[in-house]
Amino acid sequence: MQETMQSVMSVQNLSLLVPELWLSIGAMVLLMIGVFSGPKSTPHVTGLSIALLVAACAWLFMKEEGGLAMNGSFILDPFARLMKIITLVGSTLAIAMSVNYIRRENFEQFEFPVLVLTATLGMMLMISANDLISLYLGLELQSLSLYVLASINRDSVRSTEAGLKYFVLGALSSGMLLYGASLIYGFTGQIGFAEIAQAIVGTDRSLGLIFGLVFLLAGFAFKISAVPFHMWTPDVYEGAPTPVTAFFAAAPKIAAMAMLVRVVIGAFEPVTLDWQQIIVFISIASMVLGAFAAIGQSNIKRLMAYSSIGHMGFALVGLAAGTQSGVNGVIIYLLIYMAMTVGTFACILAMRRKDGMVEEISDLSGLATTNPIMALFLTILMFSLAGIPPLAGFFAKYFVFVAAIESGLYALAIIGVLASVVGAFYYLRIIKIMWFDEPADEFVPMAIELKVVLGASGLFVAFYVFFAGLVSEVTATAAASLFL
Amino acid sequence: MSDWPILTAITFLPLAGALIIMLIPTDAAVSARNIKNVTLFTTVFTFFLSLYIWFNFDNSISGFQFVEKHSWVEDFMEYHMGVDGISMLFVILTTFLMPFCILASWESIQKNIKEYMIAFLVLEAFMIGVFCALDLILFYVFFEAGLIPMFLIIGVWGGKRRVYASFKFFLYTLLGSVLMLLAIMAIYWQTGTTEIPLLIDPSQATTPAAQAKLTIPASMQPWLWLAFFASFAVKMPMWPVHTWLPDAHVEAPTAGSVILAGILLKMGGYGFLRFSLPMFPLASADFTQFVFALSVIAIVYTSLVALMQEDIKKLIAYSSVAHMGYVTMGIFALNAHGIQGGIFQMLSHGLVSGALFLCVGVVYDRMHTREIDAYGGLVNRMPKYATVFLIFTLANVGLPGTSGFVGEFLTLIGVFQVNTWVALLATTGVVLSAAYALWLYRRVVFGQLEKESLKSILDLNTREKIILYPLVALIILFGVYPVPVFDVTNASVDALLTNYQSALDAAKSVTQASVSN
Repeated sequence: MQETMQSVMSVQNLSLLVPELWLSIGAMVLLMIGVFSGPKSTPHVTGLSIALLVAACAWLFMKEEGGLAMNGSFILDPFARLMKIITLVGSTLAIAMSVNYIRRENFEQFEFPVLVLTATLGMMLMISANDLISLYLGLELQSLSLYVLASINRDSVRSTEAGLKYFVLGALSSGMLLYGASLIYGFTGQIGFAEIAQAIVGTDRSLGLIFGLVFLLAGFAFKISAVPFHMWTPDVYEGAPTPVTAFFAAAPKIAAMAMLVRVVIGAFEPVTLDWQQIIVFISIASMVLGAFAAIGQSNIKRLMAYSSIGHMGFALVGLAAGTQSGVNGVIIYLLIYMAMTVGTFACILAMRRKDGMVEEISDLSGLATTNPIMALFLTILMFSLAGIPPLAGFFAKYFVFVAAIESGLYALAIIGVLASVVGAFYYLRIIKIMWFDEPADEFVPMAIELKVVLGASGLFVAFYVFFAGLVSEVTATAAASLFL
Repeated sequence: MSDWPILTAITFLPLAGALIIMLIPTDAAVSARNIKNVTLFTTVFTFFLSLYIWFNFDNSISGFQFVEKHSWVEDFMEYHMGVDGISMLFVILTTFLMPFCILASWESIQKNIKEYMIAFLVLEAFMIGVFCALDLILFYVFFEAGLIPMFLIIGVWGGKRRVYASFKFFLYTLLGSVLMLLAIMAIYWQTGTTEIPLLIDPSQATTPAAQAKLTIPASMQPWLWLAFFASFAVKMPMWPVHTWLPDAHVEAPTAGSVILAGILLKMGGYGFLRFSLPMFPLASADFTQFVFALSVIAIVYTSLVALMQEDIKKLIAYSSVAHMGYVTMGIFALNAHGIQGGIFQMLSHGLVSGALFLCVGVVYDRMHTREIDAYGGLVNRMPKYATVFLIFTLANVGLPGTSGFVGEFLTLIGVFQVNTWVALLATTGVVLSAAYALWLYRRVVFGQLEKESLKSILDLNTREKIILYPLVALIILFGVYPVPVFDVTNASVDALLTNYQSALDAAKSVTQASVSN
């Protein structure tokens, strides 16, 4: 009797889904506003979307208690709370950075903020997913929104090409993921993560389960753009309009990574050795490819695509460790990565001359003379992306590598730090172009919202060293909640 | 002893200065002068503040003094600062050389003065931090953070091939450092702490179990030693990973070369003394011959290379590599003479090579070339310059009565006690250094003043005198009376060697016990 009561309670426990409900209702209302009042409503829709995301973020900040909801398929624990906050901040900043771009580029499409809202909703559901079905639903809601976002600039060949490419490959990866999920269900009879873990503990792991796991991981690897499922990333990053690229870089990867962490730790902890070798492989491949392939790039958006591939590889180092400190490292890495990426894209969005946007790295030439403040902040971000102390990027790498060493993954750690040295080369190249080269034409003055975002992210990265202890306390709680 | 955080103050004072400079607007006509004045004042004030440490330093204590300790990241790292007899002098050397660097850049730097001065102040903060840090992670943060300003100093204000030189400098050093970082992580995982005082002297731990945990196992020591070695050997730089140094030296502006030669190279030697010897005593003993071999090659080979150089700065850079060979050789002689000599040689080389680069800067500011062939007969028009340059050259050669002699002589004595052949080969380096240094001096200063372009060259001005004369005085003072330095280092070096010996004995008794069983 008591059990039924409890399960009924947890079905009804909608109070944990408040931010998701806000976002879904809000997205629909804003869509209606946009449809009925046309493109001129874009500024309002944008502003309201930001307000919604901020409200959702604030709610998560206030909400202390968590638990299960929707019959156990939705979980709100400290891990989910923190990852959602990071994702929401990323989405909010991505929309905020688009304001000036929309005005200048005749990009008056109210669909952009609305689609960001639905994608973010999908991400939040992914992060909170506690069984395979809710995971897939959240993932598809996010993915479908992202496909449309990639091709939102309908008149641009590059943008539609990017969207199509992303859609075809993304659909394939979703299919693989779904196939893997069905195998797992078939061989364990369970869809809940905790139940799957219970079902495989103690028994001989079946080959079918491992097959399912491999397919599942392949699908995840696509979503976080890890090698060898990374091919879409450079094209999509380059082809999509820059605010969309900024959003792609900031939010979805964090959500997908959070989901990956929850699945492998929550559901497949008993077969850690099996998934560990896969994660080690894609981690090494991503770090190395991210480092070497970026060297030859001349387009800064494409460069950031390879950089993000590399960074996902570094974050996976922590996951490969499979320990609590490893997950802690992953969370810290994602947090810092989001801050660095958003700041960098604020700079890319500010690369505008009188005759329009420019995207070549060489356009930054002599920025230290023409715009010293922007050059200073971008330099801080680049050194941080390269992982040089005392900037935040160093601490991100430190925590994942220390976890890898603790788990005895010496080869992974050594290859990782060597890849980070190679990677340092192309970040240095950007710094070199800004500081050592002769000045090119000036950019038009930076929009106020970009200044704010760049300033905030630059200061966060530069002064992270002073509140590293504070952040680690929060992330340690979040990581511990996965290992109860 | 007072309780106020003197080391934190010294470390972060330059950053405060940098912050003030950041607020000075660049467009005003007087701003360049204000920026320079603020920088100079900051560095001089930092120097006087650091003298406070020397005056209040208790020479009889071997442990760390002026210790500050605060929680930073729970369980992972601590903000832990302190100095002992080995590190204290390097702090003073850093703060001492800094005002000269600023003065040397007074007129030669014309573009981006603000950024230049900020870069130097930030660099100074990080360098002081390296020598004060008592937590491995904190040490690493300072150690590698210094790359950022140095990269910019070489790259923005350097010579023609500055881009190549700055990249080579950065990537070489980074590659060495990241391996050390992994070793630091392995140490943390093995011992559960990153506190340097505990790691270098496990006997401080209260229980035998805790002591055993703090001692790095013999099987891990060679690997960790090599990882640390990778970093320090690049920084030092030792042959064959020295090739970044000539490029960096040649392309860096004068002040950058002074800092590179004077301080950054010393971090390698400091690292060997602070980490490699006390934390990995067994591996250090095993690798002694290896280090000797590299040191001797460095001394002989780079001295020969120096003979052939056409560029004054490059010649001094190669001579730096040779002189650092004496340092590594002395340190790994693992006796009091060798280590004391190594420390003294580092301090002396910091002054002498810094002074030599400043001398090159003096003529470079006038003629804008570093080709040896472009000079000759300077003594006719620059007698004062010729005199100070001669003293620095002789100190570089190691003439008795200059500080260069004391360090070289002690390291050779130290090595002679353990390996006669190494000492013999290293001594040929003394002859070779006399050859290249005196030949350089003859070609630049002596002879007839034939070059048309040199006819109107002027002797030292007041600013340059202020820079060079104190260095002359110090080099001779320490050559004649080196006792103040040894007073400071004695207790710490003795403790270092006692710990090292007891660690070796303990390991020996363990192996004997296992053999007899």
